Amino acid sequence: MQRLGRLALSLAALAALGLAFGFRPAGADPTGDPVRIGGTLALTGPLAATAIVHKIVGEIYVDNLNHGKGLLGRPVEWVLKDDQSKPDLARTLYEQLITVDKVDLLMGPYATGDILAAMAVAQRYNKVLIHHTFGIPSMAKYEWQFPAWSLGSDPAKTFPNTLFDALAAAPHPPKTIAILASKFPSVYFMSQGAREVAKTRGLQEVLYLEYEFGTQDFGPIAARVKDANPDLLFVGAIGLEGNQILDALKKIDYVPHYHFYMYPAAGPMAKSPLAANALAASIFEQHPPFTDNPVAAAFAKEYNDRAAKAGLPYTLVETQAAVSFTAWQILEAAVTATNSLDDAKIGPWLKTHPVDTIQGKLHFDGPNNYGDDLTKVKQVQDGKWVTVWPKQWAPPGATLHGE
Amino acid sequence: MPSPAIIGQSLISGTFIGALYALLGLGLSLSWGMLRQINLAHFALAFLGAYLTYQLSGVGGMDPLLTLLLIAPAFFLLGVGMHWVFVRFAVGPLGSLLATFGLTVIIESVIQWIWTADFLKLESPYGSASLRVGIFYLPVAGLITLAAAAALCFGTWAVLRYTDLGRAMRAAAEDGPMAAAFGVNVNALSRLLSGFASACAGVAGVALALSYTLAPSQIYAWIGVIFAVVMIGGLGKPLGPLIAGLVIGVSEAVTMALTAPAWAPVVSFSLLILVLLARARNI
Repeated sequence: MQRLGRLALSLAALAALGLAFGFRPAGADPTGDPVRIGGTLALTGPLAATAIVHKIVGEIYVDNLNHGKGLLGRPVEWVLKDDQSKPDLARTLYEQLITVDKVDLLMGPYATGDILAAMAVAQRYNKVLIHHTFGIPSMAKYEWQFPAWSLGSDPAKTFPNTLFDALAAAPHPPKTIAILASKFPSVYFMSQGAREVAKTRGLQEVLYLEYEFGTQDFGPIAARVKDANPDLLFVGAIGLEGNQILDALKKIDYVPHYHFYMYPAAGPMAKSPLAANALAASIFEQHPPFTDNPVAAAFAKEYNDRAAKAGLPYTLVETQAAVSFTAWQILEAAVTATNSLDDAKIGPWLKTHPVDTIQGKLHFDGPNNYGDDLTKVKQVQDGKWVTVWPKQWAPPGATLHGE
Repeated sequence: MPSPAIIGQSLISGTFIGALYALLGLGLSLSWGMLRQINLAHFALAFLGAYLTYQLSGVGGMDPLLTLLLIAPAFFLLGVGMHWVFVRFAVGPLGSLLATFGLTVIIESVIQWIWTADFLKLESPYGSASLRVGIFYLPVAGLITLAAAAALCFGTWAVLRYTDLGRAMRAAAEDGPMAAAFGVNVNALSRLLSGFASACAGVAGVALALSYTLAPSQIYAWIGVIFAVVMIGGLGKPLGPLIAGLVIGVSEAVTMALTAPAWAPVVSFSLLILVLLARARNI
């Protein structure tokens, strides 16, 4: 009898998990004309390495919707176009999606430049735009744009404080800092913010350098870092720059003490033997307590499989994949709650209602529709990213590794 | 004032990046100056070479330097084939620019299809090893790149200057019909030169794989500075890319050491403008 009870409970839990992730019992397949959701991703060009993550996540989400209840009981068709990492092309393609393809809803692209371009088009046609990783919240002025990346409205102030809090709690808190600032827009202002916050927190700046995005030779910069020998190397880096700097430092036999990279290419940095203890910003990593959420756990499992099949070197869910999944969660929640595909209903609803996501509860009632800064600090430990701050988001037993 | 260690290490770094500029620029300069083909696909071929190095070495287990034994001949044949197509369809300089841009896009797509758009890094004993000389460090990959660049540039220069083959090549480049009238097989020599230029791209690819993380879109990251190297060095002059590459590389590195590193990219194009102005004045 007890065994039967446990079986019933297990089945109920599985059913709840399935429903939560968009599954529905057989016989309730979505019917009718598909709901057409249009968007672009940088499938080619310099942003393609990350866009593939967003493509995999979108495919997972749409497949699960279609294997479940769809949207409003209708199947979903994702009309995806390649913006080639070019904002001007993204602008044209979003115009095309609205006027020629006549999609019902929009899904934003990935990366700040492309999102900004798409946002202008969405504004012209009064369409809701839920976007993935927009790095400069102060520039998101459109009333019906909704960020899936919970940076908060002023991340240049809030995040450096989070980072410095984490380091202040470490065994040997840093006293000096060197800041390397990439001039790529969405990280440059974060470096400026870190510079200001570091001053207010009494960290002595021993080196500050700006470099162009696309720099190939980091040798001279590495030599200056070695000469300054800071306790904390803060690199306002995006993509591969972090790895390039680590390579250059290794060539002159210098290992930084604490070292932080703003938005690194997650896979190459985690896998690099030079990146032990490297710190970075994060929203989600694939470990408890994030994966205690059954929706997140089910998504992570499916993502791991598909990322491996796609040949991605790093198959774990991290910030990019989590933000992408969140964007789809926001769209589904708003359509379901308003029982409508009308942007004029979806936009106002999102501005006044929080949405449960795998990042936590997101709300869009702050400046420029941003809610709280939920950014965390992660660290490369044994070839994987591990959240180390705030402590309640670290997996059991994990701590920030020292110098 | 930066310390001697910073200045010295920056000079070393600039020399090695300059050598890579030279390796990437040599084939482009030869095909542009001697074949009148502006081969944009040279950059894509270099990255194809880098990905093949990754595949043969990182996955297949070969020593990265031994991959040259496969890559250089294969790229030579590719270059010969490309030239045959250009001659067959009478593609001129402007046409070659457009055609090779198309080829670049195709090669980029093929790379992305086979190796994905994600970043790949070849972990090899050469990649992160350095030799210590006093207070300075000499990265092994940089030394290999410098040796390859110097050998190829000086070797090509010597062949063109001191051998009958080289003289015939220069004659064919100067005035094809006249050279043919003197018995020079212009088509065969052009194919040979095109093959050699492509093989140079393969060698540059191996050097890229030793030092850099690869992504298909990186193909375009080098075009600006390498064009500056080729223009400053002079079209069809094998020592030009080496000299210009070293001048630009060292200038950029010293700029990064002494001032804000963000000024470094200005250096190559400022030098290009100065050289073009000086040449115009000489004309």
